[in-house]
Amino acid sequence: MSNLLNYTLRIADNAIILGQRMSQWCSNGPTLEEDIAMVNISLDLFGQANGFYEYASSIDGNKSVDDFAFLRSEREYFNNLIVEQKNGHFGDTIVRNFLFDAYSVLFYNKLSESKDEILAALGAKSLKEAKYHLRHSSNWLIRLGDGTEESNIKVQKSLEDIWMYTGNLFEMDDIDNELLKSGIAVDNSSLINDWDKKVNEILDKAKLNKPEDCYMQTGSKKGLHTEHLGHLLSDMQFLQRAYPNAKW
Amino acid sequence: MSENTDVWEVFIQSKNGLAHKHVGNVHATDKEMALQNARDLYTRRNEGSCIWVVKSEYIISSESEDGEAFFDPSNDKMYRHPTFYTMPDGAKNI
Amino acid sequence: MNEQYFQKRIDREEKIEPKDWMPDDYRKHLIRQISQHAHSEVIGMQPEGNWISRAPSLRSKMILLAKVQDEAGHGLYLYSACETLGVSREYLVQQLQAGKAKYSSIFNYPTLSWADMGAVGWLVDGAAIVNQVSLQRTSYGPYSRGMVKICKEESFHQRQGYEIMATMASGTPEQKQMAQDALNRFWWPSIMMFGPQDSDSPRTGNAMKWKIKRQSNDELRQKFIDQTVGQAEVIGLTIPDPDLKWNEERGHYDFGEMDWDEFWSVVNGNGPCNIQRLEHHKKAHSEGKWVREAAKAYSKKQKSIETN
Repeated sequence: MSNLLNYTLRIADNAIILGQRMSQWCSNGPTLEEDIAMVNISLDLFGQANGFYEYASSIDGNKSVDDFAFLRSEREYFNNLIVEQKNGHFGDTIVRNFLFDAYSVLFYNKLSESKDEILAALGAKSLKEAKYHLRHSSNWLIRLGDGTEESNIKVQKSLEDIWMYTGNLFEMDDIDNELLKSGIAVDNSSLINDWDKKVNEILDKAKLNKPEDCYMQTGSKKGLHTEHLGHLLSDMQFLQRAYPNAKW
Repeated sequence: MSENTDVWEVFIQSKNGLAHKHVGNVHATDKEMALQNARDLYTRRNEGSCIWVVKSEYIISSESEDGEAFFDPSNDKMYRHPTFYTMPDGAKNI
Repeated sequence: MNEQYFQKRIDREEKIEPKDWMPDDYRKHLIRQISQHAHSEVIGMQPEGNWISRAPSLRSKMILLAKVQDEAGHGLYLYSACETLGVSREYLVQQLQAGKAKYSSIFNYPTLSWADMGAVGWLVDGAAIVNQVSLQRTSYGPYSRGMVKICKEESFHQRQGYEIMATMASGTPEQKQMAQDALNRFWWPSIMMFGPQDSDSPRTGNAMKWKIKRQSNDELRQKFIDQTVGQAEVIGLTIPDPDLKWNEERGHYDFGEMDWDEFWSVVNGNGPCNIQRLEHHKKAHSEGKWVREAAKAYSKKQKSIETN
């Protein structure tokens, strides 16, 4: 597989996995308005996934969007670890999304300057949506952190539990570095200062404490995931796997 | 704590230059959430370039019994309408 | 005196607005009808939500999500319209969860296969559209405007379902069988969505007099059947009614006996999903309580900061 294809799949996989997680909130939201908001976010993410998979498909020349989306094994997805974490309660979801959204905005902003025109265009389009997602998750994190004592305790725990997956967002491997040389990829490690700033700003407003530094989980770029991904994929891929010759 | 949330009326300006139009309401606990909810509910099909939200309690309405006194007097003042006047043939830009 | 004037306005096809005088029974009827319509949209998200995570293509997943999102939105428009009659949404939700308010009984059936997404979109939304198009002319202003907005959005819902059925009916033998099976299970419940036959409908009198309802149950049901039979034929599926036949004299399709025992049994709580649908709704509501409380607490804090 070419570096460019692998790199594109990483971005697409983040979108589809987080999109799948958000879609699970349908009819489960704390208010009807939030149900709509979260499904909206899910739709945006699937749209992003679709765009990046289409590019992947044209790079590959053979596989279709759905082949990429539904027919790879657990070890062939390259999304970041944080997006496959379970929804948990609403606070867990908001914390997970906030930490990822803050990264996403910075990432897409840089991607929109990529020397690869298609990635740049996709990045620019996705950036608009990512900004809205960040607004949504920031607003909620503030209200949950600075809401009741109960809500503050809950999201503080969410933060502590998921913190070990944040480091993974800023890793650079050989593929990243190779593509960075040609101005195509984003330098993830350069995003961490601005990410920290944003996180500090919102956690401060939310009256939450930033977790202590800890060992950061890793491996996503090699297709090494948490056990959650397997279950998510077996559900998502079921019909395609059960009816191999069918067109949908 | 009572579960009743504030109700906000929503007005959308669909295109720059047009007036805002009332489209319905949303429930929200504060103005930021009201704007967000209004955007998610009422502009899914690109129907908006600007959103106003106003707490329902701040909307003052005329009563329908006032109808006659409030609105009829403008009914017979036709001279406010341009079609009331006959213009000489050939006059332009008027 | 007021009643007479009110009826004159109705007869003149005037719209009744929230601040207008209206008979108590008119208000009560509307509250019940509009809120049950709203509850139906919200509960209806569950059977379809059941297949979102398993949608077999990215495109069909996005379309299904957009459809269900619309449904939530329709629920909101309708709760909004109902609130203009002087009830709070919170009260309406309490009524639903206490089993005192109903929702459309079709949603007490399970969605067992992906083909059910096709059947639901094609038949259930199809039936809803027939009903809602008629309701666009209802006498109560906010309800009528809500219906106009909903009708604009609804037509893609039916097309989405029909497209799924068409694709499967012309697919592999297993897909075709799946589609036929879904049609077999959803046909009768769908035509019974229009409610009891006119001869068995006690509330229809006032509803028609006050122009809340513009056409009768039987009229709407006939309209739906007439337009749907041809659609099934085009995609090669068979409607599970051996008595279905074009009647040249009437200019309509004759159709078989509906099983009203089954209908009432499901309405009264014995459907496959009655308990599950309400439990799901209550669970989401109670699990979200701490979130709603947090949002309120935050807003209270902000208000006291602003006034100090």
